[in-house]
Amino acid sequence: MAKTIEEKQYLVRYKADKKSHLTILNHEKCATECEGQICTLFCPGDVYKWEGDRMFVGYEGCHECGSCRIGCPNDNIKWEYPLGGHGIVFRLA
Amino acid sequence: MPEKFDVIVVGAGPAGAACANVCAKNGLKVLLIERGEYPGSKNVMGGILYRKQTEEIVPEFWKEAPIERPVVEQRFWLLEKESMVSMGYKGKEWAQEPYNNFTVLRAQFDQWFAKKAVEQGALLINETVVLECIVEGGKVVGVRTDRPDGDIYADVVVLADGVNSLLAKSLGFHKEFKPDQVALCAMEVLNMPKGKINDRFGLEGNEGCSVEIFGDATQGQLGTAFLYTNKDSINIGVGTTLSGMIRAKVKPYELLEYVKNHPMIRPYIHDGEPAEYLAHLIPEGGYYAIPKLTGNGVLVIGDAAQLVNAIHREGSNMAMSSGKMAAEAIIKAKQNNDFSEVGLDSYRTSIYDSFIGKDLKKYKDLTHTFEANPQYLNEYIPLMNRAASQFFTIDGTPKREKQAKIMQSFTAGRGKLGVVKDMYQAWKVMK
Repeated sequence: MAKTIEEKQYLVRYKADKKSHLTILNHEKCATECEGQICTLFCPGDVYKWEGDRMFVGYEGCHECGSCRIGCPNDNIKWEYPLGGHGIVFRLA
Repeated sequence: MPEKFDVIVVGAGPAGAACANVCAKNGLKVLLIERGEYPGSKNVMGGILYRKQTEEIVPEFWKEAPIERPVVEQRFWLLEKESMVSMGYKGKEWAQEPYNNFTVLRAQFDQWFAKKAVEQGALLINETVVLECIVEGGKVVGVRTDRPDGDIYADVVVLADGVNSLLAKSLGFHKEFKPDQVALCAMEVLNMPKGKINDRFGLEGNEGCSVEIFGDATQGQLGTAFLYTNKDSINIGVGTTLSGMIRAKVKPYELLEYVKNHPMIRPYIHDGEPAEYLAHLIPEGGYYAIPKLTGNGVLVIGDAAQLVNAIHREGSNMAMSSGKMAAEAIIKAKQNNDFSEVGLDSYRTSIYDSFIGKDLKKYKDLTHTFEANPQYLNEYIPLMNRAASQFFTIDGTPKREKQAKIMQSFTAGRGKLGVVKDMYQAWKVMK
């Protein structure tokens, strides 16, 4: 069984672009104005990682669900679609 | 002079493909634009497809569409930590034409469904993102894509770009959705031999079963889990409002693991082989969240228009219906050569006059009431489990005493008046 998020993410096919489609607008804000960096909790692809004092965005594993754009309390994530044909490729449901 | 179409549809999911199909069938020149590698490659749903609205686009589609199983049994489980109250209906009439609904795998179904629009004459281009609508003189006249020289023009642009409708938002048709207007769902597809699925769910041949799961599956947050049988696999998923997920500080994939390991659920799925992990947002804002639906030269359909009935897990059917209604309005507008907001307005009135508008209006306050009153999930479902346990346990207590005890347990927490209030409130938002 795929128990961990790493194991789950291995089940998914990605065609990652070289350029990120997710951008933290103001890194300072994540550190000072966000309690608990909640995007690191609810992101289903575990894209956001808080390392020390900076947010790292592993856009390559993004499910393009939009949760981070809507859920970020500071509207601090610029969310775009990956370029045509790039990003996640679901094969089943 | 760049090429001009009658209609450009953005997004080749059920809404967009249905709209493109009906437009093309009626002789319009249609371009269907999909950002994924193929239609369905960006789409996720639990997996239940309703027959009626699909049939209105492609008659007798089940004879050729890649469906998994017709659903003959629909179960509801009210879950507690180590128990459940189970209800449901199973009927052999659902195993026969014209069927009630089906389990499907979207990546396969959507490709087929878009192909049917192509067969009617629509032009499908994949791997193309629409960056913005081209607006001239207050009217949408085309789209700007991420292709070189990517401007394309049309009389009408239909936005079927899903829950993350950046296009409708950029036109000012709605503000950004709020965390309580969307549900975040995580699911897995688990491969399992057909015989094992049939044994575990009590099915024969290609019959399917769907299970909606309430209560402990979402750890008290407003939402549901589900279990659907495909041919050789099972879809298992769980979703709560994004606001609920944030409040509970629970990770969606950990909630999914919790559901998979729940003692009432585990026996059905254990040793299933994980085949895919998927996450998606469901637009569950309901009636109040429906954006502006028509503008000059533009219409919004499907998930992009928040047309989802979360209570009855309906979405793809509303998407297809809204696509059809949009197409009918466009055909009328073409006849009158009036693609203004007024000329396209019959789409808006069709939506609100149809089952879509009526059903969403019926439940307009439901999500908010349940989110504001967690006792329905947190208190009543455990109470029902304890009541059922007492009722079915034979321990020498006379039945009248048992019933009295059960009634007492219901009113102990919230008081008699509280329970009556809760029941009245629930009835009011469901009626």
